[in-house]
Amino acid sequence: MEAIILQILNGLDKGSAYALIALGLTLIFGTLGVVNFAHGALFMIGAFCAVTLSRILTLSHTVIDDTKTDFLGQPLKVEVPYVYDMFGQATGEAIIDWAVPLSLLFAIPVMVGLGVLMERGLIKHFYKRPHADQILVTFGLAIVLQEIIKYFYGANPIPTPAPDAFRGSFDFGAALGFDPNLIIYPYWRIIYFAFATVVIGGVFAFLQFTTFGMVVRAGMADRETVQLLGINIDRRFTLMFGLAAAVAGLAGVMYTPINSPNYHMGMDFLVLSFVVVVVGGMGSLPGAVLAGFLLGILESFASMGVVLNILPGINQIIIYLVAIVILLTRPRGLMGRKGVMED
Amino acid sequence: MFGLTKKDTGLLIVVAILTLLAPFILNPFPEGSAMAQFNAGYPDLMQRFVIFGIFAIGFNILFGLTGYLSFGHAAFLGVGSYAAIWMMKLLTMNVLPAIIISVLVAGLFSLAVGWISLRRSGIYFSILTLAFAQMSYALAYSVLTPITGGETGLQPKVDDPRILDAALAEGATPKANIFGLQMGQSFDLQLGGWLFTFNAGYYLAAVVMLLAFYLSIRIFRSPFGMMLRAVKSNQQRLNYTGLNPKPYTLAAFVISGMYAGLAGGLLVAMDTQVGPERMFWTASGEVVLMTILGGAATLIGPVLGAGLIKYMENILSKINKDVLHQWFAFLPDGLEDFIVAIVYPFVGKGWHLTLGLIFMAVVIFLPGGLVEAGQRIARLFRRKTQDKTTPAKTEPAE
Repeated sequence: MEAIILQILNGLDKGSAYALIALGLTLIFGTLGVVNFAHGALFMIGAFCAVTLSRILTLSHTVIDDTKTDFLGQPLKVEVPYVYDMFGQATGEAIIDWAVPLSLLFAIPVMVGLGVLMERGLIKHFYKRPHADQILVTFGLAIVLQEIIKYFYGANPIPTPAPDAFRGSFDFGAALGFDPNLIIYPYWRIIYFAFATVVIGGVFAFLQFTTFGMVVRAGMADRETVQLLGINIDRRFTLMFGLAAAVAGLAGVMYTPINSPNYHMGMDFLVLSFVVVVVGGMGSLPGAVLAGFLLGILESFASMGVVLNILPGINQIIIYLVAIVILLTRPRGLMGRKGVMED
Repeated sequence: MFGLTKKDTGLLIVVAILTLLAPFILNPFPEGSAMAQFNAGYPDLMQRFVIFGIFAIGFNILFGLTGYLSFGHAAFLGVGSYAAIWMMKLLTMNVLPAIIISVLVAGLFSLAVGWISLRRSGIYFSILTLAFAQMSYALAYSVLTPITGGETGLQPKVDDPRILDAALAEGATPKANIFGLQMGQSFDLQLGGWLFTFNAGYYLAAVVMLLAFYLSIRIFRSPFGMMLRAVKSNQQRLNYTGLNPKPYTLAAFVISGMYAGLAGGLLVAMDTQVGPERMFWTASGEVVLMTILGGAATLIGPVLGAGLIKYMENILSKINKDVLHQWFAFLPDGLEDFIVAIVYPFVGKGWHLTLGLIFMAVVIFLPGGLVEAGQRIARLFRRKTQDKTTPAKTEPAE
C-alpha cells in the first residue's frame, strides 16, 4: 500500500511536467495546426529564465569589510549583491532565496514575447506547407535555440535551488496514519504538482469562461466560419501560441529545483511529450493532460522493484510500449476528436 | 550503360571518379600550410563520408520517394553494427560475413518495425518509428547488456572464439581484414608538399557506396520507384485505382533499413567497436538533416548532405580562438578582436549552431536542398548565355 502511494506521488511530478508541455503542444496544434518540435526548447528557455534571474539578483560588487581580516591579516573583501544595497540585507537575502518563484513573473513576459515572435517571424510562413516541413523547420529552430543557450551558459547543468522554506521533505506516511518515514516526499514536488494543477486549471478556465477563449475554441472547431463572421482569428491564435510558450516556460522555471537545467533538457522532454500528445489524441486538451499524468504514473510504477524483477528493463520502455499499443488500437489516441489527424 | 540512361550513367561516373580520387580531391592544401586543417583527405573522415553517404542514400529511398518521415533509422544502423561485431567475435575477423549479416539482420528488424509502423502515416508514423528506436536504445543500454555490452559497448577481444580464424599469436590484437588485407592498412604518397593517403578500408567502403548508389539509381528509375512516388504524391488516388500501397512502402522501408544496416556493418569494419549511443534518437535526427540538407528525392543530394555535415563535424569544430586570431592577424587589433568575437560562436564547439542555421535556411528557402541551389545557379548562368545568343526565342502557339 505504502509503495503504491509512493509511486503515485513520484509519478505526479514527472507527469505534471509532461502534462504541461503536452498541453502547450496541443494548444499549438489545435489552433494553428502546426507540429512544433521547438516546444521542448521553450521549456528549456523557461528554465534558463530562472537561472538568468538568479544571476541578475546575485550581481554584486566588492566591499572592504574593516572589521574582519582574511588569513593574510588584510581587511576582508566581501561580495555584496546590489539587492542588499537597494532593499537592505534581510529583504535582499529573502529575494535571492526566492529567486525561482520570482522568475515566474520574469518568465511570463519573456516567454509570451518569444512565442509571439516565433509565430509571427517563422511559423506563420509554414501553415500551408506539409507537416513534415513544419517538423523539420521547428527541429532546426530547436537546435539553434539550444546552441545559443549553450553558448551563453555552458554545457554543464546549473544548480538552482528552491527557497529554503521548501527544501525539506514532507512525511506523507505519518500524515496518512502509516509508520513514519515510509512515504517521504520533497516539498518542492508537492508545490510543482499544485502549480501544474493551477496552470492547467487556469488554461481550461480561460478557454471555457472568457469570450476570448470561446472565440478560440470556435476557431479550433471551424476556423473558416469564424473568419467569415468577421473575427480576426489569426491574431487570437498568435496569442494562443504565446500562451502555450508561456505554459512551457513556466513548467521549465518550476522544474529547475527538481533537475538542474542544462541546454539539452528540452529535447529530452520533447520526445516523451510528443508521445504523450499522441497517446492523448492530437488536438485534445483534456487528452494531453490525462495522458501526461497517466504516463508519468505508469513510468514510476514500472520502476518499482517488484515489477522490475518480473520484467527487467520495463521502466525504460513502458511509455513507448504504451504509445505503440494505443496508436495501433485507438487511431485517435485516448480522447482525440473525430476527423482530426486520423490517417 | 548498366541499364541506365545517358544522364544517369554520367552522374554515376562522375560520382565514381570523385569517390575514387577523393584522397587527392579532399587534400587540396599542402602539408604544414596554414590551410592544411581544411584538408579532409585523411582515412577516418573519408570513411565517414562514404558510410554516412550510404546511410543517407538508404534513408532517402524511404523519405524522398514515399514521403514517410522516419525518426528512428539509427536503430537499424545500430542493430547492423551489433550483428557485425558478433560475427567478428564468433566467426572471423574478415569483414565480408560481418557486413552481409549486418544487412540481413537490419533487414529483418526493419521488416518487423515497418510492418507495425506503416499501419499509420504522417506524424503518427514518425512517432512510432521514434518509439521503436528509443526502445531499442534503452534496451541496448540496460537489459540487453549481455548481448550489447551496455554502456561500454562491444569490441573484439583476443580470447573470442572466432571459429574460422587461426588462433592469434600471444599479445596480438584482432584486426578487421578482408582476406588478409587489413582495413587499417594504407599507402602514403608524398608529392612535393602534399601527402596523400590511400586506405584499404576507405576503398572498400567507397566501392560498396558506389554499388549502393547504383542500386538507388535503379530503384529511382524503376516502375517500383514510380509506385513509391505515387504513394508520396497521392495515396488516396492510388487506393482508388485498386492498388494496395502497403507492400510498396514496406519494401521501401526494408530496403532503407538494409542500407542503414550496411552502413552500420561498415562502421564496425572500419572501427571495431559499437556502443548504444549509435541508436540514440539524435543519430536518427542527423540522417534526416543530411538528407534534407543535400536534397530529398534527389539522387546525389543525400551523399552531399552527409559529406557536408561530417565535414563540419570534423573540420569546423576544430577551429578555436587561436586559429581565428591567426587568420585575422592582418587586421588592426581592435577590429581583429571584434571579428573573432563575432565569428567564434559559429565555429569550434558551436558548429551545431551553424548547422542549425543552415538547416533552417534550407528548409525555409530551398526545400530541394543543396541540389536545388546548384540547379538554380546553373539555370541562372544558362539563362544569361541564352539571353545573349538567342534573345528573341518565341514559343510556337499550340
